Amino acid sequence: MVESVLKAKTRNAAPDTEPLLVVDNLHTQFNTSRGIVRAVEGVSFTVKRGEVLAIVGESGSGKSVTALSIMRLLPRQSARISEGRIIFDGRSLLDLSDEQMREIRGRGIAMIFQEPMTSLNPILTIGLQITEPLKIHLGMSDEQARARAVELMGLVGIPDPEGRLDQYPHQFSGGMRQRVMIAIGLACNPKLIIADEPTTALDVTIQAQILELMKDLSRKLNIALIIITHNLGVVARYADRVIVMYAARVAEQGSADAVFHKPRHPYSMGLLRSVPRLDRPRGAKLETIEGLPPNLALAPPGCRFAPRCPYKIAMCEQEPPLFPTDTGGFSRCHRHAEIAAGKITWAAAEGKAVNTVATSVEPLLSVRNLSKHFSVGGRLHKGGVVRAVEDVSFDILPGETLGLVGESGCGKTTVGRLILHLEKPTSGSIRLAGIDLANATAADLKTMRRKVQVIFQDPYSSLNPRMTVGQIIGEPLHVYDIVPDRTKATARIAELLEQVGLRREMAERYPHQLSGGQRQRVGIARALAMEPSFIVCDEAVSALDVSIQGQIINLLEELQRKYGLAYLFIAHDLAVVRHISMRVVVMYFGRIMEVADRDTLYREPLHPYTKVLLDAAPVPDPTIEKGREPRLIKGELPSHLAPPAGCVFNTRCPMATQECREVVPPLEQKKSGHYAACIKV
Amino acid sequence: MTIAAPAVPTPRIREPNWFLDFCRQQPLGAVSFVIICCMMFAGIFSRLVAPYDPLDIDFASILGAPSWEHPCGTDAYGRDICSRLIFGSRTALVIGFTSSFIGSTLGAVLGVASAYFGGRIDNWIQRFMDILLAFPLIVLALVVVAALRKFVIGGVDVNLIFAIAIPILPRVARVVRAAALSVRVMPYVDAARAAGYSDTRIIFRHMAPNVVAPYLIMLTAFIAQAILAEASLSFLGLGVTEPTAAWGLMLSGNAADFYREAPWMILFPGAAISLAVFAFNLFGDSLRDYLDPRFRM
Repeated sequence: MVESVLKAKTRNAAPDTEPLLVVDNLHTQFNTSRGIVRAVEGVSFTVKRGEVLAIVGESGSGKSVTALSIMRLLPRQSARISEGRIIFDGRSLLDLSDEQMREIRGRGIAMIFQEPMTSLNPILTIGLQITEPLKIHLGMSDEQARARAVELMGLVGIPDPEGRLDQYPHQFSGGMRQRVMIAIGLACNPKLIIADEPTTALDVTIQAQILELMKDLSRKLNIALIIITHNLGVVARYADRVIVMYAARVAEQGSADAVFHKPRHPYSMGLLRSVPRLDRPRGAKLETIEGLPPNLALAPPGCRFAPRCPYKIAMCEQEPPLFPTDTGGFSRCHRHAEIAAGKITWAAAEGKAVNTVATSVEPLLSVRNLSKHFSVGGRLHKGGVVRAVEDVSFDILPGETLGLVGESGCGKTTVGRLILHLEKPTSGSIRLAGIDLANATAADLKTMRRKVQVIFQDPYSSLNPRMTVGQIIGEPLHVYDIVPDRTKATARIAELLEQVGLRREMAERYPHQLSGGQRQRVGIARALAMEPSFIVCDEAVSALDVSIQGQIINLLEELQRKYGLAYLFIAHDLAVVRHISMRVVVMYFGRIMEVADRDTLYREPLHPYTKVLLDAAPVPDPTIEKGREPRLIKGELPSHLAPPAGCVFNTRCPMATQECREVVPPLEQKKSGHYAACIKV
Repeated sequence: MTIAAPAVPTPRIREPNWFLDFCRQQPLGAVSFVIICCMMFAGIFSRLVAPYDPLDIDFASILGAPSWEHPCGTDAYGRDICSRLIFGSRTALVIGFTSSFIGSTLGAVLGVASAYFGGRIDNWIQRFMDILLAFPLIVLALVVVAALRKFVIGGVDVNLIFAIAIPILPRVARVVRAAALSVRVMPYVDAARAAGYSDTRIIFRHMAPNVVAPYLIMLTAFIAQAILAEASLSFLGLGVTEPTAAWGLMLSGNAADFYREAPWMILFPGAAISLAVFAFNLFGDSLRDYLDPRFRM
């Protein structure tokens, strides 16, 4: 079936001399109540046929607006392309009528969005949604469209395409839905696919599969690909060229090798260094880019990055043009030549390594044989039982950070909620500082509540929008009578704000007036107000931009040193977990797969799941990424309603045998302090 | 080590004069507030404002068209409609606003509590609401009025207020519960639970302020319904009875028999109810926006 698609491609392939897409000096602006926001300023680039271009940047850098400008999908009332040209396949897109533009979308350029869960209409079958563009754009009959849909689904690797065509989106997993989205994108043989954060919402093992597929299709069908992402690791393996955007402008542009190995802009240098990496020895402290990106409505003149740049000089007050660099790319930095000459290097951050804690002390938290089952379905029709957490045991010592990693749906968040007493366990015990949560008295629970605090993932919804920052942080002080009076409370709130790196005036503000990173700091201050000894960090940094993420991790480590806090750090990002944790627990499908201290686990993982997880994690280095073997992991997470018999990982395990399908492997000590639940090791 | 405090310009701190602030941000809200104030003034000082006694029967000017002596005309008994409207605003405000306020507020509290506790409590509250919803508004009000004796404080029948408030309660509870369910799963509610705050504190401090929008919309919408319900009850002889001046009564009584000859008999009371409802709705909307910190920059 691939052949027929290929034939279709070669038939209408034009001579490859000119670039497929030319974006020239694009300016896009939004009229908002706070004035004109220049979201894209003077962005120029070209995409050749079959090329893979990555646009990297933090939120608000203008990368998505660039994509929407090309597609002309910007909101009509508020957005305007004020300057520039976009030439696609010889046609100027900005001069086309709406009708002609609709022809281009889908047939010429296809777009894939971030959220596979919401980009498909839940009440229409998958088949209907794939055949729709075929009928509209290519005028196919029902039978032709259906045959082509089956072919496309096979192309994107959906098993049993004929049978699954009549299913609805909810019967597909997240990864499969993203494959369907790609199939819809491919339906009309586009010449260019724009993928806006195509894998951000997916698990690391699925992410690798999807990117592999996209790269593969692009090569096979000679489709140019623009991948928009905030994750540098994602693009290292797949991109031919990289554009780094910062505050509405292109900061640096060049081949993937050049940008990753010889960055010529301080922002790219900082970005590359602030990501915790699995392929390098773990540094004592994460390097960060201090400060925040500028507000685009009132951006200062001169270099946009200057306020955060450690190398700024007087000249940086003047706007730098895009200089051609020695690596064949472009950099918007006055000092690019000095960077090239090696005179400027990003200073390594100082700081002591976090010591591991003595093992002889009494554990602060001890979890034994913890299980949590949710029953699905109503009282009348008996549904199944979802075993979200099954037989989980671990200890956390005072002042220790325990990392808890796993993909979505592995039960890691439920473990956190059970410890916080937000859910009641089905069986098993949780003892915290000598209090057994199962039969604790009300007074005991009150003591326990003060000892255990939580930091949530989403800084946007974890703060009550109706309360000021001061009220949010001050509430526990007031409820628990931690401070005697109002003036003392105000002083304490100011002290807490300063501890998390915010100014005391922030107490007057409402959460919506703060940036994501600032809100997360408020969340941390709220937790600290209770003077806890243990904090559950549920994906505490995963919703933040890379440069902000590093700041928050460093803050958490600093607070740990200062107050001897213990953390349960729940995350899906292996590199982040390696950076912050002292010991790591790996969970899969509600069970613990492996427990070891950090260095042992990352150096010599025993369990096959840990191995594939480490293997699937992308590394921001094109040389390593392009040289590596194809990924081991196949398949998807099994359904919770029909769990696999025996070892839960046997459906995806490269080592699985008949025995694995029969025996549930116990968590055993394989080496000193290194536990794994696998009969093969 | 210090962590750099990100530099962001300090925002405008809330003005000390909230009333001027409200007028500037919500001009329409200010206009509706003036209308409501006028109604209240007319209601409280009816005797001073009204040109005639609302009960004065003048057989010389039966069904008189609007004129300089009678700006809104006269009714079938020759009573001055303008004066009756002014006196009627007393009943409208007391019965209409109070019953809608009581019904909506109790409904909102039940709705939020229902969503917060969930499970069996939610089920019991909602089934009880189902029972209340099963009866038409008037029938339920009839039962309440019949079951309780007349209980008059300051010339107002308190039982009548409750008779109208009780049918409003389940309707608001339903809508507010739906909004509260989505607030219930927000991490900030989990954070409050993890901090060990009491249920009352979480319901009133963390959840209720975030369902204020549907609450205010329901509250203002039900004021109109309450005024009309009061009229219907009056018609059945259970509410305010003739000859007391009440907007609903003016609209529903013998006005229907004369509307061809004297359209002003229904035109002006109808306009009064519409204006009151419009003012309350607009005021509610503006108040909702003003109270939401996200609308403030």
